[in-house]
Amino acid sequence: MFDWKRWLAPVILLIVIIVLPLVYDDDRILTLAVLTFVIAGLAASWNIVGGFAGQISLGHAAFFGIGSLVTRQLWLGGLPLAVSIIAALLATAAAALLIGYPALRLRGIYFSIGTLALAVAIRITVDNVFPGISALPVADLRDYSLVPRYYLSFGTLLLTIIVSIYLTHSRLGLGMMAVREDEDAARSIGVNIFRYKLAAFMISASLAGLIGSSFAFFHVSYYPSLPFVAEWTFDAIIVTFIGGIGTVAGPLIGAVFFVLVRDVLATNFVHIHLIVFGAIFILVVLLLPGGMMEAWDRFKIWRGRSSKEATISPTPDLSNDS
Amino acid sequence: MDTTIIQVILSGILVGAVYGLAALGLSLAFGVLKVLNVAHGALIMLGAYATFYMFTLLAIDPYVSMGIVFILLAFFGLLLYALVFRHVIRLDEENRIKNSLLIGFGLILILQTIAVRAFSADERSVITSYASAAWTIGDIRVPLIRLSGLVLAIIAVIILERFLTRTYLGKALRATSEDWATAALTGIDIRRVYFIAFAIATGLAGITGVMIATGFSINPNIGLSWTLKALIVVVLAGLGSMRGTLLGGLILGVAEALSAYYFGGEYREIVGLILFLIILSVRPQGLFGEKHV
Repeated sequence: MFDWKRWLAPVILLIVIIVLPLVYDDDRILTLAVLTFVIAGLAASWNIVGGFAGQISLGHAAFFGIGSLVTRQLWLGGLPLAVSIIAALLATAAAALLIGYPALRLRGIYFSIGTLALAVAIRITVDNVFPGISALPVADLRDYSLVPRYYLSFGTLLLTIIVSIYLTHSRLGLGMMAVREDEDAARSIGVNIFRYKLAAFMISASLAGLIGSSFAFFHVSYYPSLPFVAEWTFDAIIVTFIGGIGTVAGPLIGAVFFVLVRDVLATNFVHIHLIVFGAIFILVVLLLPGGMMEAWDRFKIWRGRSSKEATISPTPDLSNDS
Repeated sequence: MDTTIIQVILSGILVGAVYGLAALGLSLAFGVLKVLNVAHGALIMLGAYATFYMFTLLAIDPYVSMGIVFILLAFFGLLLYALVFRHVIRLDEENRIKNSLLIGFGLILILQTIAVRAFSADERSVITSYASAAWTIGDIRVPLIRLSGLVLAIIAVIILERFLTRTYLGKALRATSEDWATAALTGIDIRRVYFIAFAIATGLAGITGVMIATGFSINPNIGLSWTLKALIVVVLAGLGSMRGTLLGGLILGVAEALSAYYFGGEYREIVGLILFLIILSVRPQGLFGEKHV
């Protein structure tokens, strides 16, 4: 049976997001929205490798950066935007294969620090090869509009969400989760763990590359090495953990929370939001491994118990599928 | 060999000694507690600022303040352990390492931001009256401050090795790192061992900070790059041997210096990283990871 209650809120939200720039064309709001889409997209794409497949990659920024770099270079070089984005997608996927194939032979922590080291090496190289600032030509500046940027970054986020939803319901995604839960057990029942890890890594990286494309399209001028900086990876991980790792909605809720709190705090105290997020992140890792999603579930159980409504299932994700 | 190459290798060794020093604490905490404290570099940064302020505000010579910095950072380590890392000790080894890594990143974020607000983002360094003193042997120049880093690293290794092999507490530390469950069964108070090992590790971060404040320049964001250097050294050297860790640092230092000489300074970082990746791929569990096979 179609569970319309579950889909009502997301569909309304989707319509609001699509209609918003047509009725309310405010630069500040649109910029904030684009930043939210980028952070949410980065978190949701990291969640595929980190949350679904359980591999804590610390090299996510490298793919965000490659997507942005290739798009920007080709697009400013005169190619149509769509062609540049497709080329960037292919380049990111190829880079993910090249990096993932050796890196995923490493297990656990060694995979994490290996990907971090690679991302740092790539960032330094990009910094050396492209030292100058990348700015849009003056001709393009005259008709710069935030609206297409808004739709492109939202489109890449939407694609990431759709892929994530597909993964929670498909054999591919379930294989990834089997690898996450118990690698040895998964291997012993015949799951090809390396193939699932590589699939998760490549899907996650390619989506990060697409978000990088929208980042390249969005910025008027920036240093090409900016999206390669490790902070993007850390932001994505923090947002995912705060929202709820391994869930579809978690990274999105985390991202909205992240951008809003940052926006509110940054106006009063520069950078103080980093202390707040660092502390929340540590608390989540220590005390609430499921993040805000788990907190919400616990709250529902608690409310259900106190009002004697035992009908609410404690784990809706597992019972409501199909 | 002409003297330029000797000079390059020598500077590599002197820088590498500081890499080794940075890795000692990380290796100790990882070996004994199975806690990978990626905030180690941020603690080094704090040690460097403690040195800087004691020198500029109180005119305490860095070589005198070294003892104070060690104690300060050791206490700070105890605080961090009691507040945060104590909670990951209960987990199994794989999750312990993973969660300590994540917590470390949270700590980097917090410490770095506090440092920017408290100390400003400016580059600083401690410039003593003897800062530019050097020995010259023929064409080769040996800066004394950097040389003292090497001497200090060697002294630290000797003291640590003596401590680990000759004292009860040191033996308890080694026993716990081999097998904490058996160690606990033989009557070793492993909670105390964890506490002390972590305090020594952060104290060593403080000493590394002193060397970095005098021999290099500091800013609040140096933490992550020093953590990465220490990680590379730990993977190069393997766990368990203190002199091996120092040797790993020297190898990294020389490799970087030679690559900077041959390919240009902007690529010096990359050689270390590539070296690291090659070693990781030859030994997929890392040189010291034998448990998961």
